[in-house]
Amino acid sequence: MRNRSALILTTVLTTGALTLTACGSRDKDNNDDNAGDKKTVVIGFDAPLTGDLSALGIGMRNSAELAVKTANKENTVDGVEFKLQPLDDQAQPSVGGQNAQKFISNDDVLGVVGPLNSSVSQSMQKPFNDASLTQISPANTGTELTQGDGWKKGDKKRQFKTFFRTATTDQVQGQFAAQYLYQKANIKKVYLIDDQKTYGAGLAASFKDTFTDLGGKIVGQDHVNPEDRDFKSVVSKVKGKGAQAVYYGGEYPAAAPLSQQLKESGAKIPLMGGDGMKSEEFPKLNKKAVGDLGTSVGKPVEELDSAKKFIEEYNKNYKENMETYGGGTYDATWAIIEAVKIVVDDNDGKLPSDSREKVLDAMSKVKFDGVTGTVSFDEYGDTTNTMMTAYQVNKQNKWESKFSEAYKPR
Amino acid sequence: MNELPQQLANGLILGAMYGLIAIGYTMVYGIVQLINFAHGEIFMVGGFGALTVFLWLPDGFSLLAAVPLMIIGGVICSVAVGTAAERFAYRPLRGAPRLAPLITAIGLSILLQQAVWKWYPDAKKDRGFPQFGGDPVHIFGADIQRGDFFLIIAAPACMLILGWYVNKTRSGRGMQATAQDPDTAKLMGINTDRIIVMAFAIGAAFAAVAAVGYGLHNGQVGFKMGFIMGLKAFTAAVLGGIGNIYGAMLGGIVLGVAEALATGYMHDVPGMEQFGGGAWKDVWAFALLILVLLLRPQGLLGERVADRA
Repeated sequence: MRNRSALILTTVLTTGALTLTACGSRDKDNNDDNAGDKKTVVIGFDAPLTGDLSALGIGMRNSAELAVKTANKENTVDGVEFKLQPLDDQAQPSVGGQNAQKFISNDDVLGVVGPLNSSVSQSMQKPFNDASLTQISPANTGTELTQGDGWKKGDKKRQFKTFFRTATTDQVQGQFAAQYLYQKANIKKVYLIDDQKTYGAGLAASFKDTFTDLGGKIVGQDHVNPEDRDFKSVVSKVKGKGAQAVYYGGEYPAAAPLSQQLKESGAKIPLMGGDGMKSEEFPKLNKKAVGDLGTSVGKPVEELDSAKKFIEEYNKNYKENMETYGGGTYDATWAIIEAVKIVVDDNDGKLPSDSREKVLDAMSKVKFDGVTGTVSFDEYGDTTNTMMTAYQVNKQNKWESKFSEAYKPR
Repeated sequence: MNELPQQLANGLILGAMYGLIAIGYTMVYGIVQLINFAHGEIFMVGGFGALTVFLWLPDGFSLLAAVPLMIIGGVICSVAVGTAAERFAYRPLRGAPRLAPLITAIGLSILLQQAVWKWYPDAKKDRGFPQFGGDPVHIFGADIQRGDFFLIIAAPACMLILGWYVNKTRSGRGMQATAQDPDTAKLMGINTDRIIVMAFAIGAAFAAVAAVGYGLHNGQVGFKMGFIMGLKAFTAAVLGGIGNIYGAMLGGIVLGVAEALATGYMHDVPGMEQFGGGAWKDVWAFALLILVLLLRPQGLLGERVADRA
């Protein structure tokens, strides 16, 4: 047939082309107004500001902006005017890599806050490391990002000297979830599902190890595609396995329909997930969320005295919800501000010419009381704060904190 | 517990959705030999059109009564976009080399996606879609959600109407004639431009019906939903034999059932444990496509050229 080759060509071309379409616009930020004789220090910010995960990303951007504004208003560092440069990574590693190059090429950038996704971080770490540019992620929980692939065997090795985070690792979070389910919720049989991304798979692996160690049983395991919204076939399988709960390693856009379809299938069991699922959007998108469980890093910011002022300021300035990572992002941004302060103080109140290296050196000295607790970093760049909280969706369809503890990794 | 009936039901419902969208690909291809890659986005626009109607209705309005209105709203939106696309994007390119309208289709697809992303309120992330409450209905060993009855009824109804239209009405026969030989059809006094617009409009209307089904099934619509669904529906159209309207529905159902069975049972095949489950279902669906095209390059029903429309 005459048209066959054209049809095949069409198919191939289009599939390829459509995969590449995800390059949207990006905000350009080029007002270089130096207020008086103040030196401008730019803090880069990277997170998904559009797309599925934008609810989390926008909450992060607002929190980072608030930290910068506060520092400028209170004149935290004399002679320095901070500016935030937010870029959108669309939750895609390739876009994140391009953003990293942008930050590096701007000499005024002395630190970067972000990103949200562990998989995006993997494309940013190396360039930042080569440029000695400090990066602090409030949300990356992939254990290997700081400790290397050998962490499971106890062979921890710092990967990149420039990478820090205010979020606890998947390892800690998965273990905490397993322990909570087994000991507190008295659930012994779990079906495990993950979305095969760095974050989801890591969380599921860590959960599995701890849960089986404790004596629990994984009655089945499955993987899904994070872009899917139809999980009927997967949940039909869960139903016959006698699981008392499903643990999902992944994020809320897929977790919401998964949980709803799970309950609709007739299996009256809760879905549990990590901080990627514990979003305010989750119960909104899911009409049967009641009873679902989620873990998150740190104490609920609403319950911390140190966070009262932050929450008040945030709600005054922004209409979007701060979401899971608001407090952590504020702390991450503030950590960079503190590091700049240390550098400036050590250099007679001026910014040195090799500021990036100096800021990086100062990171190990940073220690302050932040929104989520005391902020400081250990020898791997991980936060020393391992406070974890388990939440459950209550009858009002809102997350409610159930249990917090400073978790000691096993 | 035997989960086979449940998995078959899951696959049928998903397949009906694929099939309804695939009709749009197949009709347009049958007449103008163009793969309208913006069709997935027309589907998406239909979903948002239906959602808009629902949001306009007063609170407490019965969803059962709202669904027909939502279908009308969705159909109006997608038909408007579909015919406008034909008029302003594809018609000026008629007779141009085949790659030109193809690239236009891709551009249009991006344009529509970004337009909804930019201007539809709160559409930068998934938006919730109304859903029927109540317990699922138990039939033949499978639990069927109330919302899914929409697709179970709508898909065959749409097919019957389409079959009647193509075979029995004057403009339907004109459509067949145009598909077989546009030049001769024109000489016989058929307004081929109008027929082409009709093909786009019917495809868009079916996509809107599928979009309402998608919303009721998944409980949400998003600006990105047209991409994957469009790709799957295109696959279904090719699987069934592109250009054949019954083939499109058959291809959709085969694809849907194949996905459901691969998710449900591939685990149990010895040596295939790691290739089962939700993550691999697309691989198996496409493997099936390749297999079918190797054995029957024209697709499952591709031979019945006379039925082309």
